[in-house]
Amino acid sequence: MANKVLSEMGLPKSITNIFTARNLLTAKDVLSLTEFELTELLDVGFAEVTTAVAQVSEIASPPYQTALSLLEQCIQNEYLSGHLPTCLKGLDEVLYGGIPFGVLTELVGPAGIGKTQFCMKLSLLASLPTKFGGLEGRVIYVDVESKFSSRRMIEIGVSSFPDIFHMEGMAQEMAGRILVLQPSSLAEFTESLQQIKVSLLQHQVKLLVIDSMTAVVSGEFEQGPPRQHSLGWHISFIKSLAEFSRIPVVVTNQVRSQCSDEISQYAFQVRSRDDTIEESARFDSHLVPALGIHWSHAVTIRLVLEAKSGERFMKVAKSPISPPLVFPFNITSSGISLLSDVGVEMIGPQINAIQNQGHSDIINFLSERLP
Amino acid sequence: MEVLRLAVSATQRGKLISAGYTSLSSLSSLSPSDLARDLQISESEASEILKAASHCGRLDNSDGSHAIVTGAQTAWDMFHEEDLSRCITTSCADLDNILGGGINCKEVTEIGGVPGIGKTQLGIQLAVNVQIPVDCGGLGGKAIYIDTEGSFMVERALQIAEACVEDVLEYRSLRKNFQACQVQMQPKDFLNNILYFRICSYTEQIAVINYLEKFISEHKDVKIIIIDSVTFHFRQDFEDMALRTRLLSGIALKLMKLSKKYSLAVVLLNQVTTKYSDGSFHLTLALGDSWSHACTNRVILYWNGNERYAYIDKSPSLRSASAPYSVTGKGIRDSASNYKRIKMM
Repeated sequence: MANKVLSEMGLPKSITNIFTARNLLTAKDVLSLTEFELTELLDVGFAEVTTAVAQVSEIASPPYQTALSLLEQCIQNEYLSGHLPTCLKGLDEVLYGGIPFGVLTELVGPAGIGKTQFCMKLSLLASLPTKFGGLEGRVIYVDVESKFSSRRMIEIGVSSFPDIFHMEGMAQEMAGRILVLQPSSLAEFTESLQQIKVSLLQHQVKLLVIDSMTAVVSGEFEQGPPRQHSLGWHISFIKSLAEFSRIPVVVTNQVRSQCSDEISQYAFQVRSRDDTIEESARFDSHLVPALGIHWSHAVTIRLVLEAKSGERFMKVAKSPISPPLVFPFNITSSGISLLSDVGVEMIGPQINAIQNQGHSDIINFLSERLP
Repeated sequence: MEVLRLAVSATQRGKLISAGYTSLSSLSSLSPSDLARDLQISESEASEILKAASHCGRLDNSDGSHAIVTGAQTAWDMFHEEDLSRCITTSCADLDNILGGGINCKEVTEIGGVPGIGKTQLGIQLAVNVQIPVDCGGLGGKAIYIDTEGSFMVERALQIAEACVEDVLEYRSLRKNFQACQVQMQPKDFLNNILYFRICSYTEQIAVINYLEKFISEHKDVKIIIIDSVTFHFRQDFEDMALRTRLLSGIALKLMKLSKKYSLAVVLLNQVTTKYSDGSFHLTLALGDSWSHACTNRVILYWNGNERYAYIDKSPSLRSASAPYSVTGKGIRDSASNYKRIKMM
């Protein structure tokens, strides 16, 4: 709508010509200037400019819907509000069916906690035939960190869906639906994103995985403004990609340790209470998501994976429908599985904290078990 | 040169100045035909200029009535009107308390907080609560929900609406006026009264806000406009920060005008960012310092220990205070620990 061409809007011919003469061709060009600036630039009366802007605005603004009609749409075409089931019963229940279509779902956690394992499992699930609860579609897996292991994925497939994978040729068909991209630079990543946007609809792509978003940006820049800026572009691009093709997008995020001078408080909080500073100092020991607060605003669902005293936990840290719940999980040959399908509700901001204690034990333990 | 302030085109202004009309008073006693002759323009153009001039110079015209300045209102009248204007409850008594009864109509309220604190939840809650019928102390209006981030979840809106219907029925049965509640209330009716715009770029955001004026004049029962969030698109694609500030303040002005004209509440949800000041990093609401002047009230949602709190950061009429709230399955409610306290007493 924003790039709608002015000459097709049915404005009075004289006004359209004046706009065109000043190289204001689209609604975006016109609305990026204030009415006073337009009066100055176009050299026409204020009243005329106001009417023209009002008219352009009316045409450029998207139509409204009532929330009821949204709900009816969701019920009518299940694919609009569809979910990708994660096969983790407890998680599917609180998320009303699984990873929702059309929004960003983020997995964040320390290295080796199981983010990539989860992504591979989800890719398999999306490629499964619908009669087995899958989406029967292609998957695009952007593997920035070069961690994707096809052997491990087949292994997960064989042990979680033996019926399917022991069928002749099925393993090949399932794995054949998963396209792995390994961009080596930010420019390459950006380019493939733009290609993906075009091909998503044509090729029945039902899931986009980016593992990890952090590696994309941090590989390229040192900290500072350029990183913020390019991230901003990617955020809005990926969000619009998810929205318009109505597919689930799963993105992973790494962690970093919190700098000591970072206080996650407002100025008024520090002023009002001194004891809270001590409290924040206590929190300093934990890790924070590597992509900052700007990114966190953009994701709709955030799942935190963490390790505490030798056990792994999955936390639903941000979700518009689920309460803040914690599930214990472990990693088996069939991928991630929840130890309990009943989540424990967590109160307070601790749901966002990322612990990494006793984690190395698990890794050692795992490497013995996994080939 | 007072004519520089006139909202006329550059050519006309140039002609005015070269003909010697530099002050407003020099224009005040002219007839359109005189001006047209002097400037060699058409008479209709001349009358446009004079209209603009008299609009600009209205301060000088006392038109005989008791009002000294047209368009002004005495503080006493305003006081009465404010008394009449209603508030939209947040469903959390403590929060209503510090807000002076709820979200005020005729005001622009900005609400910000970290991701996951419950901004969207509060937004949906207000979109539902504005529809509470008048006999239950509500406004019985409609809501416009402008979603820039795609975070509006219709399933969640349904949950909150269901809880709200229960509350209303309970309220009515407490007051035992069954006759009054002949009208059946359905959660679906609530959803039908939420008018939802999905915005995908900042251009569309500006377009919708420009268009709202007309839209609301066609839907007069709209009592609240919620923008979730005002920040998102303006944070992504801008190089020219001065332009961003100009556009944003234009938006704020238009919204303020709307809220006064149709006496409706405007709620803007904002994201947070970190800011370096006094030698350390602090959280602060996004969009910068000049934006922080744009809204009438500013409420910050934050974590205090294990509880969610709201803090009034800026308001011309309320004292700064904070209050706990919680997000439950039913929507925004009183903080759980508060309930316990009441029970113990």
